[in-house]
Amino acid sequence: MGHSGGGPAAENRSGLVAAEDLLLFVNAAITATGQREFRSGAAEQQLSLAFLHEYVQVNHRSLYAAALALDINDHNAALIVERLLRSAREATAEQKRTEGRLIAARLALLPPQRVYRLFRALRTAGVNNRRTRAVQRDWLTARPDLGLDAVKYRRGLKSAVRHVHLPVRALDAGPLKAGPLDADRTGELGDFLFRPGVRARYGHPLLDAHRRAHYEQQAVYELPFTVAQGFAARHRIPPERFLERITPRMTRLEKLRTAEATGGRTGERELSELSLTRLALYALSLPRAERAARRTVLTAALRSAARRAAGPGAGAWGRVSAVLDDSYSSYGSGVKRRRPLAVALAAHFLLEALATAYRPHWTSGLSDPLMAHPVGPTPLGTRILDALADSPDRLVIVSDGWDNAPPGLAGEVLRLWRTALDPGRATAVVHVNPVYDADGFDVRRLAPSVPTVGIRDAEDLPALVEIAQFAEGRTGPAELRAYLDRRSERFLRRYERRNPEPGEGRDGEGERA
Amino acid sequence: MNGIDTTGLTAGPAQVWGGIRLVPLLRDTPVAGLRLHRDLRGTDGTDETDELDKAEKTEEYEGPCGGVSYVPHAFVADWSGDGGHGAAYGTRLGSGDGSADPVRIPVSPHRRPARRIRDSGRRGAGRSSRATDRLRFLPLQLALAGYLSLHFRGPSIAWDEWSRSALQRGLSPREEAAYAGTSVPGLGEALRVFEIHPRQCGVLLYTADALAAAFVVPHPDDYRALHGTLMEDLYGELVYHYAYYARPVPTFEARLGDGRNMRTLADLRAAARRAETVWRRDHDSVLAAGLLSGGYRFERVYTMDRFTLQRFLPGFVPGREQHIGELIRDHKGRTAYLKTFRLSEAQVRRGHLLDALQREEWHPERTAAALGTSVEELVRRITSAGFGALLKHGATRSRT
Repeated sequence: MGHSGGGPAAENRSGLVAAEDLLLFVNAAITATGQREFRSGAAEQQLSLAFLHEYVQVNHRSLYAAALALDINDHNAALIVERLLRSAREATAEQKRTEGRLIAARLALLPPQRVYRLFRALRTAGVNNRRTRAVQRDWLTARPDLGLDAVKYRRGLKSAVRHVHLPVRALDAGPLKAGPLDADRTGELGDFLFRPGVRARYGHPLLDAHRRAHYEQQAVYELPFTVAQGFAARHRIPPERFLERITPRMTRLEKLRTAEATGGRTGERELSELSLTRLALYALSLPRAERAARRTVLTAALRSAARRAAGPGAGAWGRVSAVLDDSYSSYGSGVKRRRPLAVALAAHFLLEALATAYRPHWTSGLSDPLMAHPVGPTPLGTRILDALADSPDRLVIVSDGWDNAPPGLAGEVLRLWRTALDPGRATAVVHVNPVYDADGFDVRRLAPSVPTVGIRDAEDLPALVEIAQFAEGRTGPAELRAYLDRRSERFLRRYERRNPEPGEGRDGEGERA
Repeated sequence: MNGIDTTGLTAGPAQVWGGIRLVPLLRDTPVAGLRLHRDLRGTDGTDETDELDKAEKTEEYEGPCGGVSYVPHAFVADWSGDGGHGAAYGTRLGSGDGSADPVRIPVSPHRRPARRIRDSGRRGAGRSSRATDRLRFLPLQLALAGYLSLHFRGPSIAWDEWSRSALQRGLSPREEAAYAGTSVPGLGEALRVFEIHPRQCGVLLYTADALAAAFVVPHPDDYRALHGTLMEDLYGELVYHYAYYARPVPTFEARLGDGRNMRTLADLRAAARRAETVWRRDHDSVLAAGLLSGGYRFERVYTMDRFTLQRFLPGFVPGREQHIGELIRDHKGRTAYLKTFRLSEAQVRRGHLLDALQREEWHPERTAAALGTSVEELVRRITSAGFGALLKHGATRSRT
């Protein structure tokens, strides 16, 4: 990492530095969640990540904001939004405008509980500039049903409304759509949040159900699952009966989680709704005997999820070989259980869909991917040799970058392959890494000649392979800039087509004054 | 035979974490007919190992394993059948049917060892109660005193009084310094991130590239079950200090040259294989040389079927790397089980002294002559080594 200097000669160099810094940052923002990994602890991760954010935000502010348009994870997206809003003073009017649009689009993608948590963090930090308020107001008024939020994320909503100084009456008119709006109902959201007990009944069915659930068992089943759980415990409803009757109110993930916890089975329909990586995580969470028993169902679900993820790219990658890491370290950690292995498994099915001819090479020598299990050392070098022997058009390596049997062999094999055996680059090689290395401020690389990119969901593989060409250093910073602009444009278009009115938060605050 | 035969064991590529280097020892085929004592493995039908262990059972090696079983020294387990825990005093070979239960030292509950700490810290309460019934190590002091007293035995003339007190309190007031694995910096983390090979039957443990301990078992399943116990093992003070002051040791990265003569993928593969062979040779001749070179005195303890349990002592040559340990050989002399403890320099010197005393049957004048010194000097050395009390008793005895 360096710092941007002035002068025309330094410009190109600083451009290169910025490109490198951004790739480093994107790798981190995709993989790191500040949680414990196999080889580094949570505190280490957070420290390392905090430094990266600080560095990129201060030195390359517009690139920092542009990262919101990439496939970074929610944890880092929330961090970026928070930091951008906290440091509004350092941005130019033009930057503020772009940032506002990117923030609004990204917030719409984040799960609501994360957004409420972000708002609370802003409030705790005392960030209350006009732009922050506008961003929050826009997000709140765009919520499909604030009544639901009031019941489900009561504390979050309360804190946000207070922070924004929003007249709650204003919220009633728009989002509180359920049921006819008569004079009686104006202000009931405010009453619900701030003056509980003042109303004998609410017009909004959820708010009313919440009121009744305090003394009426029947009303419990009208509430969202997480809220109903608390009431069920209070009414001492037996768990089996509660689960049976609340099922229609559960979300997809809640159903899946409950089925796992109670040892029940997830049906084919639920499986078909899951994304590829989540499906892989689910399959790996099953005991191996059960995986064997449900082989057809699971394989079919994984295949169809992979086809969906591949989309029009299916079959476009030619002959593909993959080296997939199922060594002991692919277990991940207690908080990110089997994540690296799940990414490898999902990548296996995705590559199968993307390729015309596909050959996997698991480090353990595994031949039945559904039975994948984190065990043994990582003889990555030997497996890469095996994969290269297929003479593929493209070699994809999914690994945490630790190569220990023997150490460094993978790097040496790749280096000699590039310099001595395939200098013409007939085979494209890319290394995707699901694990953030806190010490290196990046994902671990295998060899300088092979581009490495971080990955969180296998579905992002095609987009990441695109980024990988920049990591290889053969395309310049100008191309990267153009690529980022394209991505941002696409990202914003997709969001703004759905929400055509530009809210206040998306404008720079200067214009509003 | 005065060396350790490692036929059938090959060193795998080392894995390095900080100052700790772990070299796996691999077997192509496990040693047939010898397993850990079944009570230690807890194979009573219920499988208490966690999900990871369970799936890692190496199916390919499931063969007849009735044969002979062994109980390593100072492992704690339930042998009595009534729930009472005992620690094995010295390694035993048995028939595997429980008829040859080892001599054991009862371990009272309040002296339960370090294992506890780990139990409470690990996932899930259900499993931890299981784990307490499984293997366990002795309290540090007891295990150490027992371990070393097997080697630094008292005089061969039996002293009821001395041997009773030595058994009860160790060679007190003199104590050997050793460190539990939990207090060796970085060892726990190194063992946790170590990726066990499917054929792995042992490990060589280095701190700051000095060989700290060797551990070999006959079967990969045994190794898998015991890998974590290296953490609760005892290590010499040298090991502790090396680990404490060591900087991260370098990994021996594979190097394949500049590729000038490389034409095909087969060339590349051959180069990779060559690099591995070179590494293995270097390892055996440089890193593990201190352990594998001869000069040991072996003492046969048990023989059963084809297996012989032996203890070995080094030559106690001051200034050289010296290990004590136990091993089981099969009928061809190959090592089936091995556990070593690296002595510190002070321990080597004490061993040297005790050795000389024992050779001369603890006769002060004769020992002094053998060491080429005076009786006064010998007495001073014995006292400073912490054997003063012993000497007083012995001296009066030898004059009557």
